[in-house]
Amino acid sequence: MGSPLLDIEHLSVTFRTDRGEVRAVDDVSLHVNEGETLAVVGESGSGKSVTALSILGLIGDNGSITNGRILFDGADLTRLGKADLRAIRGDRIAMIFQEPMSSLNPVLTIGKQVAEPMWLHRDMTWDDAYQRAGELLARVSIPDAAQRLNDYPHHFSGGMRQRVMIAMALACEPQLIIADEPTTALDVTVQAQILSLLKNLTRELNSSLILITHDLGVVARYADRVAVMYGGRVIETTTARNLYANPRHPYTEGLIASVPSLDGNPGEPLMTIAGQPPDLANLPPGCAFAPRCRYAQERCLEAQPSLEAVSEGHLRACFGYDHV
Amino acid sequence: MSEVIYTPPAAGPTQRSPIVAFNLRMFREKPLGAIGGVIFFVFLFCGVFADVLAPYGVNETDMFHRLESPSLDFPMGTDHLGRDVLSRILIGAQLSMIVGFLAAGLATVISIVLGIVSGYVGGKTDMLIQRFVDAWMTFPDLVLLIVVISIVGPGIPQIVIILGLLYGIAGSRIVRGAVVSVRENMYTHAAQSMGARTLYILWHHILPNVMPVVIVLFTTRVGAVILAEAGLSFLGLGIPPPTPTWGSMLSGTGRTYMYLGPWLALAPGLCLTIVVYAINVYGDALRDLLDPRMRGSR
Repeated sequence: MGSPLLDIEHLSVTFRTDRGEVRAVDDVSLHVNEGETLAVVGESGSGKSVTALSILGLIGDNGSITNGRILFDGADLTRLGKADLRAIRGDRIAMIFQEPMSSLNPVLTIGKQVAEPMWLHRDMTWDDAYQRAGELLARVSIPDAAQRLNDYPHHFSGGMRQRVMIAMALACEPQLIIADEPTTALDVTVQAQILSLLKNLTRELNSSLILITHDLGVVARYADRVAVMYGGRVIETTTARNLYANPRHPYTEGLIASVPSLDGNPGEPLMTIAGQPPDLANLPPGCAFAPRCRYAQERCLEAQPSLEAVSEGHLRACFGYDHV
Repeated sequence: MSEVIYTPPAAGPTQRSPIVAFNLRMFREKPLGAIGGVIFFVFLFCGVFADVLAPYGVNETDMFHRLESPSLDFPMGTDHLGRDVLSRILIGAQLSMIVGFLAAGLATVISIVLGIVSGYVGGKTDMLIQRFVDAWMTFPDLVLLIVVISIVGPGIPQIVIILGLLYGIAGSRIVRGAVVSVRENMYTHAAQSMGARTLYILWHHILPNVMPVVIVLFTTRVGAVILAEAGLSFLGLGIPPPTPTWGSMLSGTGRTYMYLGPWLALAPGLCLTIVVYAINVYGDALRDLLDPRMRGSR
């Protein structure tokens, strides 16, 4: 296998806040190969969204990348100028946001918004882009696509809007699509449709997909590889299949155990992970998960474990008391 | 025996032009605003065709018909020099329209530019602009107007520029507020993630979203400017006589001959009130109807 399409190396992102510097992402390394789906899993505040936003350089004014590189097809995105970065955004890397209700501009028609990326990045006349927008809407299974180009976002349901977002993301046939919790705001039945659609279309285009989610069920069905994040760090990464069969980090183990299962014993209470996710402004000196970890020992509270291979392609950050 | 035969409707409903449809909608949903709109367009019509519509010359005096009450010959009466009040009102409407639109237009452009830059860029730029606006707003409008006019002398261009600056800088606040709330929306981030430049985002994503505010700002400014100009003319600082403006008609002949010829004060006064009110109501109705988010909400 050649070099990965996207290679994040030792990325650290900090935000200036009223409470001082907050390190939202700490020494994160990830890579995505061509045509591969990588799921980034974690709870709120684990740094997964910030990691995704920093790929596109969209972390805002009060955040900054303090360390690391983001190599996309050989170029370091953290060092690119504004214009070069703009040329990549929407064209070679597209993003789908969490809330379909607010990620479409309410005063512009659907057609205008879908045609926009093509008009911005391709040498297309507006009419051609608009016509292709109709084709794209049909491709994401919106009925009467050509007629609906003149509709406004409020005419669409949440699931339909997320389809529109997918159409926009696919418009320029990007090499990489970042979907930041694309189904969180949707009904459960619609979630599966949207994810299947996304998966099929990315497969057709041979695009890579970074799927950010907190839903392990989603991971199992759609991802090739998984990175689990906690407290701004990657704590375990392996193939999706292996993660379920053989979780090696106590947090991952807890996550998997806390998913309700059809073949579990009815009446048996679900397993939970006690405690609260860590405060990023005030991280413990040792392993961020140690205060909640039932295997934690003295060493865990003092030093941070680094990400080490437990087998081929399976890394975890744990001192490795053989709990599993 | 009769048979019911289904006949499909002939070739769909007749298509109305969007402008006609919009106006019909306004009459149906916002009758008051529609009436305001009608008055506003009558005002515009009078302003544009004032020279043709005026039955007498503006400064045509007639010593045999001084201070006459309204009659068929002189629908709004005559003033102390025998000039036809209707003709003067019409020419006054023209001046009010010119000053109102130019100054309100200038004010709106200034508000949009300052407000969008301040609100979207944020940070230090925002701080600097807003403190400047604060400082600007501590000057009482009228004092500023009087000082500047007494330096540069009265005249239409001066009044337009000063009123434009005055209302434009103060109004930038309102635009900025709207921009700040729009900027935080996901779709501006989405537009950024699509590789749009800042100017493109401002023009295509932010501006359309603050348009409702801008429309109301513009229309209220037209009303406010017409009033301010009348106020200046009333104080003798407006457009110099013998050019008839509504303000100077109120203060000059209107005040002096209030008891002998009440129509002299009533005519410009009523015109001023009705036109300004109509513009404001019309602006509100336009805002409500043009905003796609409000569509179908009633």
